[in-house]
Amino acid sequence: MVSERSSKEFFAVTLRVWRQAGPSASGRFVDYPATNVSPDMSFLELLDVVNDGLTVKDEEPIAFAHDCREGICGTCSCTINGKPHGPGHGIATCQLYMRSFKDGDTIIVEPFRARAFPLVKDLVTDRSAFDRIQQAGGFISVRTGAAPDANSIPVPKDDADLAMDAATCIGCGACVAACKNASAMLFVAAKVSHLGLMPQGQPERDKRVLAMVQAMDEAGFGNCTNQYECSAVCPKLITHDFIARMNRDYVKALFKAKFKPVSSASGGAG
Amino acid sequence: MAKLEAKVPSGPLADKWRRHKTEIKLVNPANKRKYEIIVVGAGLAGSAAAASLAELGYKVRCFVFHDSPRRAHSIAAQGGINAAKNYQNDGDSVHRLFYDTIKGGDYRAREANVHRLAEVSVNIIDQCAAQGVPFAREYDGLLANRSFGGAQVSRTFYARGQTGQQLLLGAYSALSRMVGAGGVELHTDSEMLDLVVVNGHAKGIIVRDLVTGVIRRHNADAVILATGGYGNVFNLSTYARGSNATAIWRAYKRGACFGNPCYTQIHPTCIPVSGDYQSKLTLMSESLRNDGRIWVPKKKENRLKKPTDIPEADRDYYLERIYPSFGNLCPRDVASRAAKRMCDEGRGVGESGLGVYLDFSDAIKRLGESGVRERYGNLFDIYHEITAESAYQTPMRIFPAVHYTMGGLWVDYNLMSNLPGLFVLGEANFSDHGANRLGASALMQGLADGYFVIPYTVSDYLAGQKPGSRPSIDNAEFAQAEENVTAMTKRLLSINGKEPVSHFHKRLGRIMWEFCGMARTKPGLELALQQIPALREEFWRNVKVPGSAATLNQSLEQAGRVADFLELGELMCRDALTREESCGGHFREEHQYEDGECKRDDEKFGHVAAWEYQGEDVAPLRNTEPLNYEFTKMSVRSYK
Repeated sequence: MVSERSSKEFFAVTLRVWRQAGPSASGRFVDYPATNVSPDMSFLELLDVVNDGLTVKDEEPIAFAHDCREGICGTCSCTINGKPHGPGHGIATCQLYMRSFKDGDTIIVEPFRARAFPLVKDLVTDRSAFDRIQQAGGFISVRTGAAPDANSIPVPKDDADLAMDAATCIGCGACVAACKNASAMLFVAAKVSHLGLMPQGQPERDKRVLAMVQAMDEAGFGNCTNQYECSAVCPKLITHDFIARMNRDYVKALFKAKFKPVSSASGGAG
Repeated sequence: MAKLEAKVPSGPLADKWRRHKTEIKLVNPANKRKYEIIVVGAGLAGSAAAASLAELGYKVRCFVFHDSPRRAHSIAAQGGINAAKNYQNDGDSVHRLFYDTIKGGDYRAREANVHRLAEVSVNIIDQCAAQGVPFAREYDGLLANRSFGGAQVSRTFYARGQTGQQLLLGAYSALSRMVGAGGVELHTDSEMLDLVVVNGHAKGIIVRDLVTGVIRRHNADAVILATGGYGNVFNLSTYARGSNATAIWRAYKRGACFGNPCYTQIHPTCIPVSGDYQSKLTLMSESLRNDGRIWVPKKKENRLKKPTDIPEADRDYYLERIYPSFGNLCPRDVASRAAKRMCDEGRGVGESGLGVYLDFSDAIKRLGESGVRERYGNLFDIYHEITAESAYQTPMRIFPAVHYTMGGLWVDYNLMSNLPGLFVLGEANFSDHGANRLGASALMQGLADGYFVIPYTVSDYLAGQKPGSRPSIDNAEFAQAEENVTAMTKRLLSINGKEPVSHFHKRLGRIMWEFCGMARTKPGLELALQQIPALREEFWRNVKVPGSAATLNQSLEQAGRVADFLELGELMCRDALTREESCGGHFREEHQYEDGECKRDDEKFGHVAAWEYQGEDVAPLRNTEPLNYEFTKMSVRSYK
């Protein structure tokens, strides 16, 4: 395939990247100069090019998480210049293009840092805590084959739209990385709200919020102190209003559980 | 020679599946927990299968190379999922969905499988809605539909431009529920690197833990592969970077036949390539073709002119001109080839000349900018991020890109390969889309296979296997397979050549795109069949894979996958060369009508080609399964 816009001017930047061989190794920043940067190149494509250069020089390439490269799988996870997913608004790292930077910039690249996301290598962290929260209650218990006709359960359009706003979460963990408390409230609230807004989600609504909040606390995430840095960096622009909605659900569920919470932990109340 | 028995049940088409379900052998409920089933992959097909089988009581182990099952590339499907619900009262039916799919596949799919797919499509929507998938709704609260590429009824259900994401999260929630309940043991960051075959039956896999590098043996009573398609053989595609063919390819090398490897789908509406560093092509949903109009300038000399300065009279809305009844909504293969023809004529737009316009100005006049934003806002945003252009002000530039592979491991009606005990679901198998897949059918097939087919058909096999009879991982076959994996890893790390893996992948991609892409010729394919083995030889001599096997090593992972692509690419060219006809996504320039449409040869090629591995450097065997069209007439596909 042929270059589409070869006439664009190339420029140079320095990548200052966090290198750490493993969870117990000590890490440090290493500078990598990058020349011939095209403004139409994605940030991850620049990492590819830098890595090919390292490979040829017999140095180990930078490990970074990525997959779909279209902002939907939630795998990519770099903190760039101090902000999870970098300087863009409403995008994941893979949707960041080099036209956001200028010649001579030094770009600081770190992993998503949070106690509940232990580091694996370089820019890769372990976010399996999110899966454990989902396994605790992030579902509607319907057996395959047991469903009634889809149109037998009408869903008001506004509820469906609001549920979709929450359901659009890609599970990347930027909300956690941005939060000074490393709280997962936006992530959990998005799932709780999505299912809690649907009529299908009502039977398990109380049980779900209690179980998911408990799993969140057990995974070691911090509490929410309403700074809203989570929603500011969310690649899908999920609003922190869902946190308020989850808190209401949580309190109601606690109340209905006859003042006997399933967990003694206080997490969830914002 | 492999035995290819399709095992299609007898009787009228519409009764086959119903009857088969009543005749299938069952496993006693108390015995189900004595069977272990391995599921590799957790996209729509894998998650749905793992969850549904665990609900039935089987012990399931699910392996994904991602760090979470929610990352599988099903998540990126934008447009929608078909179902013959006929909620719109516009004349849809199971039969019509069946017929559209068979015709769309250019009469190269198995009739009975496609009919079953159309039948269970209605159950899928019920299942997903019950899981809480937030499908688009009308103001009355009922489900909304839209029409989608190649269909004349509105049968596509959707969730904004993120339908795949929502369906996958639904399947992931079902899987998560069963993981939480102890029914599924989930292994993330785990890549299958070999299939273990004992006495001719698939009984286990060899897995590398991508974080620790540890290689482990896993045994089971049956193995299910739901590992997706192999379009990344082209390097540039709409697939995720990690999507690979390793699981199905290594199963092929253990004896599973590979069906129709040359059938690949080139999607007409993707963002054109911008540079050599490019790692990925981004799809613009086909739904855009509902409101966008595709055109190129009538005159070559206008191709670099600002599109908004080209008057209406100088534009060629070529799809509307050539295909008046389907217009911009004609099937993907037809639309892609038409775009290629326009560019070949020198009328392609953009600096490279490899692009056509997708214009929304009429839609904006009709619906207002806000109306267009409501329907396609997220897609316009994606386009803007990538190109820095606003499609509200100037037409999008689009070009075809590799998007899906209709070929895959051969399976019978039960979705079992010719290796007993090995089942293959979703895009990884070859069965339902023939030579071309219609829009909004991939999600349907993945979920049909996972939720509604495999839970029935797996018992037909397991009922013949004594509970507790699965071989131990200490068997010689397990040891040999593990040794095979360890040796390959060692070999890759020890070459210590000069070129990174990505360079070989790019070079392979260029060969494949040039000679086995949208248009194929005998001389081109013959050239590719010389170039690919040479490239493969160079790879094994000169690739540089840094690091060790004992940690996370992404270069090593990629090296193994590209090594497989270098073999698979050759098989694809071989299949394309042998298939002396044009059908669906397989277009041989030698076989076309005067107007450039596909010229099939039903007499000679009305069959499935199922390739059988014969060993390294030995030509594979081409087995065939005849396609008996009992209920539909194989006719010339026309969208005019």
